[in-house]
Amino acid sequence: MTPRVGVITFPGSLDDKDAARAIQLAGGISVALWHAEADLHGVEAVVLPGGFSYGDYLRCGAIAKFSPVMEKLVDAANGGLPILGICNGFQVLTESHLLPGALTRNDHLHFICRDQKLRIENNNSVWTSDFEIGQEILIPLKNGEGGYVADEKTLDELEGEGRVIARYLEINPNGSRRDIAGITNAHGNVVGIMPHPEHAVEKLTGPSIDGLGFFTSLLKSLVNEGKVTA
Amino acid sequence: MSIDKVSDAIAAPETSQPYAELGLKKDEYESIREILGRRPTSSELAMYSVMWSEHCSYKSSKVHLRQFGDKVPKNDSMLVGIGENAGVVDIGQGWAVTFKVESHNHPSYVEPYQGAATGIGGIVRDIISMGARPVAVMDPLRFGNPENSDTRRVLTGIVSGIGGYGNCLGLPNIGGEVVFDPSYQGNPLVNALCIGTMKHKDIHLAKATGLGNAVILYGARTGGDGIGGVSVLASETFDADGPAKRPSVQVGDPFMEKLLIECTLEVLHAGLVEGIQDLGGAGISCATSELASNGEGGMHVWLDRVLLRDSTLTPEEILMSESQERMCAVVEPSKINAFMDVCKKWDVEAVVIGEVNNSGRLTVEWHGEQIVDVPPRSVAHDGPVYERPFARPDWMDIRNAAGPENLVRPSSAAEVKQTWLTMTGTPNLASKIWVTSQFDRYVMGNTILAQPEDSGMIRVDEETGLGVAVSTDCNARFVALDPYKGAQLAFAESYRNVAVTGAAPLAITNCLNFGSPEDPAVMWQFERAVTGLADACLEMGTPVTGGNVSFYNQTGDVAIHPTPVVGVLGVIENVERRTPMAWRNNGDLIYLLGTTSDELAGSEWAHAIHAHLGGHPPVLDLAAEKTLAEILVAGSVGNLFSAAHDVSEGGIAQTIAEMSMQSGIGIRLEVPAGLDAFTFLWSESATRAVVVVPQNQNDEFLTLCASKSFPVTKFGEVDLSSKSIELAAVFGDSISLDIAELRTISEETLPRLFG
Repeated sequence: MTPRVGVITFPGSLDDKDAARAIQLAGGISVALWHAEADLHGVEAVVLPGGFSYGDYLRCGAIAKFSPVMEKLVDAANGGLPILGICNGFQVLTESHLLPGALTRNDHLHFICRDQKLRIENNNSVWTSDFEIGQEILIPLKNGEGGYVADEKTLDELEGEGRVIARYLEINPNGSRRDIAGITNAHGNVVGIMPHPEHAVEKLTGPSIDGLGFFTSLLKSLVNEGKVTA
Repeated sequence: MSIDKVSDAIAAPETSQPYAELGLKKDEYESIREILGRRPTSSELAMYSVMWSEHCSYKSSKVHLRQFGDKVPKNDSMLVGIGENAGVVDIGQGWAVTFKVESHNHPSYVEPYQGAATGIGGIVRDIISMGARPVAVMDPLRFGNPENSDTRRVLTGIVSGIGGYGNCLGLPNIGGEVVFDPSYQGNPLVNALCIGTMKHKDIHLAKATGLGNAVILYGARTGGDGIGGVSVLASETFDADGPAKRPSVQVGDPFMEKLLIECTLEVLHAGLVEGIQDLGGAGISCATSELASNGEGGMHVWLDRVLLRDSTLTPEEILMSESQERMCAVVEPSKINAFMDVCKKWDVEAVVIGEVNNSGRLTVEWHGEQIVDVPPRSVAHDGPVYERPFARPDWMDIRNAAGPENLVRPSSAAEVKQTWLTMTGTPNLASKIWVTSQFDRYVMGNTILAQPEDSGMIRVDEETGLGVAVSTDCNARFVALDPYKGAQLAFAESYRNVAVTGAAPLAITNCLNFGSPEDPAVMWQFERAVTGLADACLEMGTPVTGGNVSFYNQTGDVAIHPTPVVGVLGVIENVERRTPMAWRNNGDLIYLLGTTSDELAGSEWAHAIHAHLGGHPPVLDLAAEKTLAEILVAGSVGNLFSAAHDVSEGGIAQTIAEMSMQSGIGIRLEVPAGLDAFTFLWSESATRAVVVVPQNQNDEFLTLCASKSFPVTKFGEVDLSSKSIELAAVFGDSISLDIAELRTISEETLPRLFG
């Protein structure tokens, strides 16, 4: 059976179709999940896509946290369901306390869209197992509030436990502490990343196809765990 | 607060009314009285004042714009023409594209952030009201002197506004222009273009048909913003001493617009809508009168049902408000519940405000009192039409006589190199990354090309690879030197930019930005430019699908350079064969297609180095332009090019610099025999492109050019081992330019000025 991966659409989600395309290109089946429905429809993993949920007029992701679907998602995350939050999805994950820290306004105060080089730091998570540690990848970054911050103790813990999954290379585009571009929870099933792997899955439209690795990682992990067959 | 009812207008016919303050002329007010056979009520006066504004009624431009309809080339692709919210063209495989460019100039000067933001919002609603899904936006922008401190206020606000709104809306921003010229100091131009795609069967039109059908207003609530935006703001010249017009600028909410897009497409696709209209300029006045006028001819509106942000608004204000993110739909009674369910799903408020009838009148009531009773056509379509006087101003002779012949030119290799470095960093030629990196170009995952490529390209069909390319262009200095030829040159540049990427030009939209139509010299520029464009469209076979006129872009007596921005749309059957601008392969040959003559009038070199504007613009041969485009498209189809780039502002020097910076790989070049290095590098002769041809395609390429009898000159090749531009035969010497140094110069200008 082909793995079914849910993509949650909140009002104001923008990259939901892109996430669905990436899942399909990696060999999965994407399932549209609606914010107002407290039902994950039995999917084997979930992507929280980029965008501006509820307009992000309050802190980014702060309202999305209260969606009916998020109640289910928090329980499922604690039960080990693989979850990837991209950009606004990352913000929703920190607001929901599934990941530590917060995303703040870019230090230069401008929205920025650029092709960003990253270094993969951890390939133990279900979303990064297809990469090599130290592998350099190029994927689009586009955010206005992408500066990752946490207190020193939390940052030390993340580093100590190897939970930084990717770091910005060459330039730090938003003032993120310790150049952190993405992190995982202790269990390795919940990952948040600020740049957009789903925009780097086709040669025609992306700066590379490096982003596909996040989605193939997931599908292989699901197969290896015996949740689905290859 | 007393309400001015229809019965009051009859009972007290001599009440004096503030028509002038609302932007109406005395004779216009008199004709309203004549149409109604009485004085208008204050609500009727409000409606006429906004709908008869220059911005809504095209009263000064109509007589000239007719040419776009009269000189229509034979083109089977037109599905919906001028007059609807946006034109629609067939691009094959059952797909249709709608695209349009509009101005939001005046609001963007008064309040740059919101002015620019709501400019995008407005054009996007035009596109969705045709039944299309918006898939990309572009922004042709023009600003004053970059060193002037007010330019910083205007530019940074406008760029933030476009980003703040467009990024949140989820539409990729794939191109546009950023141009500086002192003539725009008090009148920046903010034009916004949107492209939408749909299947043929999904095309919708704005008309209120079906007796008894409900008129539903949905989207954001109506507030006190943007009152008189089209009349007292957009249709008047700025005056140094006048009151601030900030209350006439609308305030945007991109999140609501995103919901409105999804909600509107869902009700349209579910077949719940008979007619649809967006609310933009002139708000409810426009939507109700246009829907009624296009339909059965009658409509009744209960204005007190409109949901308000501010309960103290008067009926006149509600009729004139240009609050954003609102739409109006005509729905059969049996489908109202289903319509409301979709609105509820998207958290969009909706309310039935009216009903279609066969009264032939647009009637509006307010808490049971009749406040409007007018023939809808008289409001929406039969406004005043002016035959404004126009005359070629005497100063054109002086301007045309003062050509660039005597300007000091570089005459040694060292001077050429220095000029090249200087030109690379001028605000007009410098990299626009500082601006475009603030816009999301990736969202939706179908962006094939975006700035700084020649045109923006979007994949329409993921299965077949069908795509469209769009470019917007206008060198307003050429238009200032000769409005007829200048407009054609703008068209030609845009046409070429589309063809360079491999797409076949199909149709155009335009945004005609001019000074005051009350000035005969401006009106002459307008008439000449429109005629030039219409003639070019006829000759090239590309119809005008729609567009927008923006007059009164002047401060006091000083008008902007006439700026008819032309947007050309092209089709490419498979985006995989698009031609990018950066070379990649060692040994590929570099060719110039076209002929270079000594044509420096209106050039970027004359402007940037000598602050000079005079002479006659470059010669344009439209037939040659068409042949060039055919070669560019055939070369793309035949896989003959590894890269290609248009030659325009800044000449071949700039073309080569841009290709090098995008590529990072070096080249060896030689100035062709018969031309001096300066003319070769900086002349802005039209109808030229640089193409890069792999050696194994060389014969086929030359055969193609020969078969079209088109001039072609080889002048270099790609050198993978180098990271510089090596140019020989420069006044008997050679020069070398380091690409990394060029990039630094190019990329530091805008951050230095505005960062």
